[in-house]
Amino acid sequence: MHSDPAEVKQTIRRYMMVGAALFVGTVITVAANQVHLIVPLAITVALIIATVKGSLVAAVFMHLSHEKKWIYGSLILTVAFFIVLMMLPLLTTADHIGTPIHTPSPTAEAGHEGH
Amino acid sequence: MDKVATSGTAAHGHAHDHAHAHEHEHHELGFWRAYVFSQDHKVIGIQYAVTGLVFLLFGFTLMMIMRWSMAYPIRPIPLIGSWLGPSRVAQGIMLPEFYNQLGAMHGTIMVFLGVVPLAVGGFGNFVMPLQIGAPDMAFPKLNMASYWVYFLGGVTMLVSFFVPGGSAMSGWTSYAPLSIIAQPGQLGQTLWLFGMVFLITSSLLGSVNFIVTIVQLRAKGLTWMRMPFFVWAQLVTAFLLLLAFPPLEAAGVLQLMDRLAGTSFFMPSGLVVGNKPLTVSGGGNPLMWQHLFWFLAHPEVYVLVLPAMGIVGEIIANNTRKPLWGYRTLVYSVVFLGFMSFIVWAHHMFMTGMGTTISAFFQTTTMIISIPSVIILTAFLLSLWGASIRFTTPMLFALAFLPMFAIGGLTGLPLGLAPSDIPLHDTYYVIAHFHYVVAPGTIFALFAGIYYWFPKATGRRMNDVLGQIHFYGSFVCINIVFMPMFIQGLAGMNRRMYDGGLLYAHNQGLPLKLNIVIGMAAWTLGLFQLPFIINFFSSLKWGKKVEENPWDATTLEWSAPSPPGHGNFLTEPIVYRGPYEYSVPGAAKDFSPQFESERA
Amino acid sequence: MEIPYTVETRPDTGLHNCKLGIWLFLASEVMLFGALFSTYIILRTGAVEWPHGELNVWLGMANTFILIGSSVTMVMAWASLKLNDFPKHRWYLIATFLLAAFFLVNKYFEYADHITRGELPTHSTFLAIYFTMTGLHGLHIVGGMVVMAYFAGPGAKMWKTKPEQFSNRIEATGLYWHFVDLVWIFLFPVLYLL
Repeated sequence: MHSDPAEVKQTIRRYMMVGAALFVGTVITVAANQVHLIVPLAITVALIIATVKGSLVAAVFMHLSHEKKWIYGSLILTVAFFIVLMMLPLLTTADHIGTPIHTPSPTAEAGHEGH
Repeated sequence: MDKVATSGTAAHGHAHDHAHAHEHEHHELGFWRAYVFSQDHKVIGIQYAVTGLVFLLFGFTLMMIMRWSMAYPIRPIPLIGSWLGPSRVAQGIMLPEFYNQLGAMHGTIMVFLGVVPLAVGGFGNFVMPLQIGAPDMAFPKLNMASYWVYFLGGVTMLVSFFVPGGSAMSGWTSYAPLSIIAQPGQLGQTLWLFGMVFLITSSLLGSVNFIVTIVQLRAKGLTWMRMPFFVWAQLVTAFLLLLAFPPLEAAGVLQLMDRLAGTSFFMPSGLVVGNKPLTVSGGGNPLMWQHLFWFLAHPEVYVLVLPAMGIVGEIIANNTRKPLWGYRTLVYSVVFLGFMSFIVWAHHMFMTGMGTTISAFFQTTTMIISIPSVIILTAFLLSLWGASIRFTTPMLFALAFLPMFAIGGLTGLPLGLAPSDIPLHDTYYVIAHFHYVVAPGTIFALFAGIYYWFPKATGRRMNDVLGQIHFYGSFVCINIVFMPMFIQGLAGMNRRMYDGGLLYAHNQGLPLKLNIVIGMAAWTLGLFQLPFIINFFSSLKWGKKVEENPWDATTLEWSAPSPPGHGNFLTEPIVYRGPYEYSVPGAAKDFSPQFESERA
Repeated sequence: MEIPYTVETRPDTGLHNCKLGIWLFLASEVMLFGALFSTYIILRTGAVEWPHGELNVWLGMANTFILIGSSVTMVMAWASLKLNDFPKHRWYLIATFLLAAFFLVNKYFEYADHITRGELPTHSTFLAIYFTMTGLHGLHIVGGMVVMAYFAGPGAKMWKTKPEQFSNRIEATGLYWHFVDLVWIFLFPVLYLL
């Protein structure tokens, strides 16, 4: 293996720090949940924290921060279609012809855009 | 198919020693490792192609039986009526449930077991590594696994015909809640779902292999813009399979859970069947199945057509003795097409009650996606201008693809706009539209590919006379099968009716009579496949032997022996120029192959 | 017949085949779990009421710690190879395996608890999506464990003959494992907290 031991040791320190950050992030997530925010805010906060944690895993553990173009390109494409898959079915239910049979729950109401 | 594996016999004299060395290495493998559990992309490609062709024939047969029930409803099926058994026919007359089984399985088999395995698994596996100058695929073991998982999926689908209750019968689309509650406990539908899981897994493994191979194993000098259009088409197709299939796999698991574990992913609340409310938790959304299904199934139709376009491109360039018009445009179009295909899917769902805003979004993306298709077709048409066309058998099929795909594509436009889709949805108009693109479209292109690359795979040419009979007979019959369906659809004839719409008010008169015409044409079309089948097998033994480049073509695969041995190329392939340098002014030959350093 | 770039990187892409392959596979897995997340969104926004408090948050949090820990040991397993320290690599790999097993044991207790209380997937769409998403995630953990067991056991022979290729394979395993951790990082708040 032709890797500079000093470099690898530095990288190892970075792994440990990220690991610690992830632990802290988890505690923050659970603590934030105890605060009982209104649903849209709770979802936003939870997703932001999860995205930060996920980005750390991807960037540092999965070495994505210094990866090659083909990997980035494939992943950006994937993320774009992932967002499409999350949003579009929801938009077809949010904007519909006629009235729903049941009274929408507060959760559903929050997701709709003026209907 | 043993011609592929035994490398030496048809190769040049000076290559004979190398070829013999390959043979020795080859004989060490033994029959099972060489021909059955092979890791060689050529063997795997032929396995996919032959299996795919067999399934195409089987799916076609299912349709021929269906057309009897439509042309002559409530009449006993001739010849085979007595063999089908009481669960399928009553006094030889087809039961509606059996018709539905035939319909669902015809679609499933043709799309997932026939066309895609042949177009991607067959042609992609066999031709692509040769065209990029690679010794094999990037992951040969994975390639072998892909084929056998596909095979397992195919067996699962076939077995489903013979279980109690028969096969799946809720359409190839398997919409919930019908697919979950029809014939409770019916094993066939469950087997369909398992079969789909196998097939999707096979495709996923294959698509990873294709992308890595194309990105990493291109020969020296083969830059992106020197790649044959066929390889670009396969690359985009692989991305479609990679990213669009997983949601359907997830959906399949969810539907399996609804069927087997009694969950309510797709089961709405308050469903009452046969006067009894269902004992499920409810709260599910049937439309979610449609979203997940069509999220795949729309890119899937581009999976059906892109390899075909790739094949047609190769054959047109070769038989016009001219470069393809607008190579760069073609590349950008096919990439754009692939990207757009992910955001049009709900045009299959215009009738599900979505609002006008989101409907407008999907109509817009659908109209936009027709543009790259038109550009590609136009580029192919312009490639014919001023050309010295050689009407070889592959060229006949490739040329026919152009107007046939054009008809299919143009008739899709009213379906992509919601107002015109409303009267046409679920009618025979839709059936005519999509069959035009897949049957006289893609399948003709696949036949073209078989006639074109058969010499490379086997070292022998197919017979031209039989080829022309196959072509002209198929071309005439297939148009008589599908053109009348537009008329039936516009008259309001619905799809999936076992009696051909005998009792529908709007069908009386011409639409019903057309069922007989269509049936006759379909059975005749079946007969015209016999010259092809005879040609295929007899040419293996008695076809005229050829050398490496019988078509005087320019792309890399034609520098390898016919058939190529393990490792494909006798010397390391190096690419010196673009893929379609035909009739270059000043050159002695009318073609300058990519792999020849000096222009002859 | 050698397939090029199995071990060394191709100059213009900077990648070896295995790395591109595993990332593409992970891309497809993003879409697979994406479909389930999308289903979750549709089910929840269409639901009259959505259950809360049925899941054990502390057990979920503990499992999150366990999985993050296993991600750290996994990346250390690969780093040890880079430092040429095979025994340490193996120790870290086995540690990852054990942490994964611990996660599954916790999940078993969780599931058993729900089942004895009659909280089955048939009971509500929430439980259905909970069991399906964590179940599929669990199957991915099992898959990862199988691969780790192979590389800790019979597969380790390759280190002596083809060390670069072995280290590439461990890197690929690591990428897969981090992805499994990443999915859980989203699953935990979505299912347990929101």
